Amino acid sequence: MNVTVCVKRVPDTEARIRIDGTGIDPSGVKFIVSPYDEFAIEAGLRTKEAAGEGTVSLLSLGDASTQESLRAGLAMGADSALLLTGEVGIDGLATAKALANELEASDAALILFGVKAADDDQQQVGPMVATLLDRPCVTGVASFEVQGERAVCHREVEGGVEVVEVDLPAVLTITKGAYEPRYASLKGIMAAKRKPLEEKEAASAPSRLRVARLTEPPARGAGQIVGEGPDAVPELVRLLREEANAL
Amino acid sequence: MADVLAFAEQREGQIGGASREAVSAAARLAGELAGSARVLAIGGVGLSAAAGALGAAGAASIAVAEHESLTEYNPEGYAQVLAHQVRSLDLAAVILPATTLGKDLAPRIAAMLDVPLASDATGIEVEDGQLAVLKPIYSGKAFAHLSIDASPAIITIRPNVFPVEQFGAAGEVTTFTPEIDPSTWRVRVLERKGAEDGALDVAEATTIVSGGRGMKAPENWGLLESLRSALGPGAALGASRAVVDAGWRPHGEQVGQTGKTVAPKLYFAVGISGAIQHLAGMRTSQTIVAVNKDADAPIFGVADYGIVGDLFEILPRLAEEVAALKSAD
Repeated sequence: MNVTVCVKRVPDTEARIRIDGTGIDPSGVKFIVSPYDEFAIEAGLRTKEAAGEGTVSLLSLGDASTQESLRAGLAMGADSALLLTGEVGIDGLATAKALANELEASDAALILFGVKAADDDQQQVGPMVATLLDRPCVTGVASFEVQGERAVCHREVEGGVEVVEVDLPAVLTITKGAYEPRYASLKGIMAAKRKPLEEKEAASAPSRLRVARLTEPPARGAGQIVGEGPDAVPELVRLLREEANAL
Repeated sequence: MADVLAFAEQREGQIGGASREAVSAAARLAGELAGSARVLAIGGVGLSAAAGALGAAGAASIAVAEHESLTEYNPEGYAQVLAHQVRSLDLAAVILPATTLGKDLAPRIAAMLDVPLASDATGIEVEDGQLAVLKPIYSGKAFAHLSIDASPAIITIRPNVFPVEQFGAAGEVTTFTPEIDPSTWRVRVLERKGAEDGALDVAEATTIVSGGRGMKAPENWGLLESLRSALGPGAALGASRAVVDAGWRPHGEQVGQTGKTVAPKLYFAVGISGAIQHLAGMRTSQTIVAVNKDADAPIFGVADYGIVGDLFEILPRLAEEVAALKSAD
């Protein structure tokens, strides 16, 4: 069973962000594979292992530095990677078109995404690719199991869990759940250097959603320490009701 | 003239606060564009009764697609009906609540209509006749001001940010049976397992009680639950990444960059030191209260009110005082 996992290179979620024009200043910022995409890679590897055959290939749209992220995925155990070089903006549909153009001819029974990228948090490229390819899509999948021509997915919904069946080939977006990503072993890291990592120019689509400017989040005024220990509670409750109008 | 369409989400035949916020946001935007606010609600037979109330929130007209097979959400069925409705109208924008359903549905619609999608907006404006959307990125570490060069613009809005206003619009209801063929759907819901006693999702709650590593062990969550229950309906439990990673709490409760980004009216951070990725996820809350034994914890840097001390002594007293206040109302 062949699986393709789409990944994005993003700033580390622990990183401090310095705004620079309509983007961020990358100096001193560590870049990582978006955490949800790591869950998707893990899910892909386990799917292949359970099937006992097939390949896991990685696909990314980005600049040349994205090679590093793809190597990280190869070190986890993916078999091959393809980097589509091009600009990744905030217009998820433009990204989806570039990926879908490549995936059109894909024989992958499953195309996996992280449920969202940790930077733009648009949460849209997976279901957009599915729609463009006319494949069914289940989002926010915490775990799934392939059963013949279908996959049975558990997804997180408001106040509960939904069990959804989807016909293959399908697109799934993966959230935190059953797929704690494995660490790359030293052997895996060595092997990754010899695995195929191709690069080609993306078929770019025009971006119709643009960042006009970036601003700092609204500053929060300095708060007050109401007091120490349980004796401060009545005053806190009074402030919440009378001053903050929050209770 | 340019109308704005709001999508109203129903759950078990009821239309929630996040959808009323979408309707009011559509009404305000339509007002600026000299158009009117339209609503589409999709659900099972009998939904029109609940949808009719959306006139108060600003809907000039309300289309209700009723079908037995649409009683529960199905992405293919709902996308087909919504896309058909959007195509039949001349719209400047389509606004959906950024709920789990809205976030699943909106990208499908955007791809079907070949227009971009701005997700999880916290502001919508008209600048020189162009739509501009404000949206937190890097989980709130920065705000992006987006320009949209397509029509209609598809926008999902973060729950609890946009106010519901009393417009008292006409709210004229038209009910119809959409033409759908469920036998062609490739995604089928087999089962829904609800959470205990209708627990509210943390992303939609108006009050959140979040616990961190300072809670020491999962069996101590009863203390947070007592406070949550004293706060009444609309309150939900949240958690820091550390306690979710430790397996103490489910991921659905996680607040922060790898969890949910929230904007409640009132946020309690209990035993949470305030890692940068947690702060990113909750800093747009209206009022933040921190309880922590470490007076130097970063959480106090964003909190409006703080109490320094032993949370195991403070929490029971807090639950008691809140319960007393609420029962006196």
